[in-house]
Amino acid sequence: MTELLEPRSLREALAMMRRDALTPIAGCTDIYVGLHFGTLSAKRFINLWDLKELRGIKLKGDVLVLGALTTYSELIESRLVNRRLPMLVAASREVGGPQIQNRGTIGGNIANASPAGDSLPVLAVAEASIVLKSADGARRIAFNDFYTGYRKTVMRPDELITALEIPPVEGRQWFWKVGTRAAQAISKVVMAAVRSERTRIALGSVAPTVVRLPKTEAAIGISVEKAQRALREEIKPIDDIRSTAVYRLRVACNLLARFWRETS
Amino acid sequence: MPAVGRNVLRKEALAKVTGAAKYIDDFSFPGMLWARTIRTTIACGRITDVAISAPGCVIVTHADIPGDNVIACIEHDQPCLVETDVRHAAEPVLLLAADDRAKLAAATVTIAYAPAAPLFDARRSNTLFKKIDIVKGDVAAALARAHRIIEGTYTTGHQEHVYLETNGVIAVPEEGGITVYGSIQCPFYVHKALKVLLGSDKVRVVQVETGGGFGGKEEYPSMIAGHAALLALKAKRPVKLVYDRVEDMLATTKRHPSVVRHRTGVAKDGRLLAMDIDVLMDGGAYATLSPVVLSRGVLHATGPYRCDNIRIVGRAVMTNTPPNGAFRGFGAPQTQFAAEVHMERIAEALAMDSVRLREINVLRSGDTTATGQKLGSDCSARKVLRDAVKRTNYAKKRAARKPIGLALFFHGSGFTGGGEVRLASKASLELTPRGARILVASTEIGQGTRTMHAQIVADTLGVPFDAVDVADPDTSRVPDSGPTVASRTCMIVGRILQRCAREMKRKLGRLSRREYLKRHGPLVITKEYERPSGMTWDDATYRGDAYEAFGWACDVVELDFNPDTYEARPIRVTAVQDIGKAIHPILAAGQIEGGTAQGLGYALLEEVVMRDGRMANASLTNYIIPTSMDTPEIDAVIVESPYRHGPFGAKGVGEMPIDGVAPAVVNAIRHLGLDLRDIPATPERISECGLI
Amino acid sequence: MRLDLNGAKVDIAAPPMKRLLDVLREQCALTGTKEGCGEGECGACTVLVDGRPVNSCLVPFAQVKGCKVVTIEGLDSRLKEVFAREGGAQCGFCTPGMIVAAAALRKGGDVRAGLAGNLCRCTGYTAIFRALNP
Repeated sequence: MTELLEPRSLREALAMMRRDALTPIAGCTDIYVGLHFGTLSAKRFINLWDLKELRGIKLKGDVLVLGALTTYSELIESRLVNRRLPMLVAASREVGGPQIQNRGTIGGNIANASPAGDSLPVLAVAEASIVLKSADGARRIAFNDFYTGYRKTVMRPDELITALEIPPVEGRQWFWKVGTRAAQAISKVVMAAVRSERTRIALGSVAPTVVRLPKTEAAIGISVEKAQRALREEIKPIDDIRSTAVYRLRVACNLLARFWRETS
Repeated sequence: MPAVGRNVLRKEALAKVTGAAKYIDDFSFPGMLWARTIRTTIACGRITDVAISAPGCVIVTHADIPGDNVIACIEHDQPCLVETDVRHAAEPVLLLAADDRAKLAAATVTIAYAPAAPLFDARRSNTLFKKIDIVKGDVAAALARAHRIIEGTYTTGHQEHVYLETNGVIAVPEEGGITVYGSIQCPFYVHKALKVLLGSDKVRVVQVETGGGFGGKEEYPSMIAGHAALLALKAKRPVKLVYDRVEDMLATTKRHPSVVRHRTGVAKDGRLLAMDIDVLMDGGAYATLSPVVLSRGVLHATGPYRCDNIRIVGRAVMTNTPPNGAFRGFGAPQTQFAAEVHMERIAEALAMDSVRLREINVLRSGDTTATGQKLGSDCSARKVLRDAVKRTNYAKKRAARKPIGLALFFHGSGFTGGGEVRLASKASLELTPRGARILVASTEIGQGTRTMHAQIVADTLGVPFDAVDVADPDTSRVPDSGPTVASRTCMIVGRILQRCAREMKRKLGRLSRREYLKRHGPLVITKEYERPSGMTWDDATYRGDAYEAFGWACDVVELDFNPDTYEARPIRVTAVQDIGKAIHPILAAGQIEGGTAQGLGYALLEEVVMRDGRMANASLTNYIIPTSMDTPEIDAVIVESPYRHGPFGAKGVGEMPIDGVAPAVVNAIRHLGLDLRDIPATPERISECGLI
Repeated sequence: MRLDLNGAKVDIAAPPMKRLLDVLREQCALTGTKEGCGEGECGACTVLVDGRPVNSCLVPFAQVKGCKVVTIEGLDSRLKEVFAREGGAQCGFCTPGMIVAAAALRKGGDVRAGLAGNLCRCTGYTAIFRALNP
């Protein structure tokens, strides 16, 4: 028998999660499918969708703050996000199609912890901070420290992602997703990068988690070829149902060169 | 105002756009139970034990089958439910039904197996479903005197139909027998199969609004209908069995994968002197329709070209995978893929322009095909080729090395020569006060059957389109018009209806319809298929007039190629297609546009990943069909080169559009210098491709 | 639970985690909305929630509390007639979801991108593009 708890405030939600092991649901674009097809064993859920405290896009000083429940559509439609973080808008446009964009949330993308999450390389190079709250209080985790392994995060069972804090991004933003088709596609290789004095590069779908590439970042200032060699060491793509390791490796190298070309 | 040639409002349009049209899952019957199918998890072996825990459920095993445990098709080799021999993964073993879906889901069935070594590689299979040989002239001698011999092997994979509506039926015990309602292309196929399975004549099959078929609901529904019927008879209650997408993809039929080898002898001037072709089709675990898929495949294997010396050897073999079956094109997309990529390679070998090579060899009126069929005046192969080349500025773009490719192809309408005679299809027309009612087994599955038939009858009878209505395909009410397949619904069944309408008009004479009915009572005219005189076909030698008529087509595909990601995206697609006559221009264009889009998926995106003989990507997330973003506007150019025995000159249109897309796509990729010979042309495959 | 369904204020009792799609089809007799895949890939289940197209197979009933839900049956749109006339519907199974999604397209917005979440296997989309861009 599935049960759904419906808190009316974030505080109530956190208290419920302190008391019981509950599976949070928001946009449901991923987790709910498992429930319907019987592949999800969880039985007790907590509905976050109506928690206003988790919504909203605003500036706090010069830090862009995105509520965890911000949908991809809201990101695409936000003038502020378009101005500050166009690579996140680019990524949002490539997620599913309009229906998915209207329900899928940035918090969900992060918590779902898929290595193929389209927003994750963007947040990695933007060096976002993830705000986690529990009944005990709040803590902030640097995006780079958030994932510990395949579908594993530092989140405790009673914590919720409440917001993302993104400092100003200096430099040219770049994003490319290679999906299985032009829309409604899971990424085979997804890359976000920022070109500046301190170039940052992150890739998804080429390792158990989204990965920043410090060796590649260091080498690219010297030459693209050197950076491509470093890239080959830093990523561990696999063969899976959608693509091959060889293809992913080749394409990642090509995209690196393309990024450098297009941001020169 | 005549209806034929006009875009009349299709009969069920308003019901479909308002959401009022009812498909099988929209129906409910009092006391109805839901059903579940328990399937094998291994691909080959024997079942040694079955343990069932299913409280509150009705259970059906092979022991409950009153007639023969067989899904009657061409052969009787496929069981309805496994007894002990397992021949493929997802093979049905037993059935459950319950009025509580939670109980149904909670039931557990544990099957123990003694596995055996499965055979997955068709090239290694020695179990033959069918072999066909076509011989014309003397291939060995011609090869010996050829200026050059060009060889090549081409492969195609499975394709899944992805009709938006999955397979589904409701079986209702009625009047000492059973009625099955369902998403069905061929009600009489199901009817026949159920009679054998149930050992009873008290069977009625009714097609309800169907959300796409493409051949995937040609023979498969006999299986799902059989399952629902067995449960309904045991439970004595209506039973609904509708597959979810995952089960539909895992268990139902797919397009036959193929391996086609060409060995062609050419003269110095580019004439084809000898064509030696080997066709191998992977039939999966049981025969189903493999013999006929192979037949159409070999009959189209040369492509639309003339040659005096032809040898085609076709084999359909068994593998331990779910049986493959009908899918739009039915063997012709596979063999014409090979033929048209091979033509391109011949041109490359001779350093000749490939359009010129085609012009030299294309079939013309009066030429004979591989089976010795003389082509009539409606042969427009050269016309469609020239039209497509001109319209797309093909020569200029080719010279500029743009990734643009072309394919010339054809498609026989109707069943093969002997097939239509054997089917002996019937159609009936009933006089009504307003006009007439069409009684046929032909089904509306999206292509516009009801509308097109009504247009033909309306104009022949001389009544308004709205005065002609169409009865539901209900086997207790309509005659067997044969299956809704093989591009025959207009040309063959439409023609029979036309003859019915002519006779009705004659019988009415000067009486009005009401007067006639008052004076004479009801009037139903039934006519049967008549093969045009002069047509001959010999099944034993595979010689003669294979099809009543051929459609001719030429596709040009222009791609955009990303050298960083190896993605090829179609940006312009032109399909010039001779269909004889467009009874309804929008419906006809719809068939061309839809078939072409399905061909783009077949060429670039759609791949069935098999692991241990089971589809590993059985979901719409991982089996990729084109979205709106993947599909450019398709320029469908209808050519009308009338066939004199077609109603208003019409030939077939449903299948031909899918035959030529994949080779046009691959030929475009080849123009980048990549030696691609297999589909799907995924970016992964392209990135591994050698250079020409 | 109260919501606004096709313009009428209703009160429906259903398990909170039941799919909105199933509540509509089974409890409200609104069978126009279809299930094509159950995983949010095909869009045949598209309805409007507060004006936005969503996959109703991915929405737990509890999440439409107090919302405006519009299905094909309640959609007042010229597009129905346009689709009927221009060949936008062949087998018709994707059609309700397609029309609902099309009705929510922004004026001047990219039609192709706006329909990217609605699969059609019959039409090849050409007639649909034409219907929406005459």
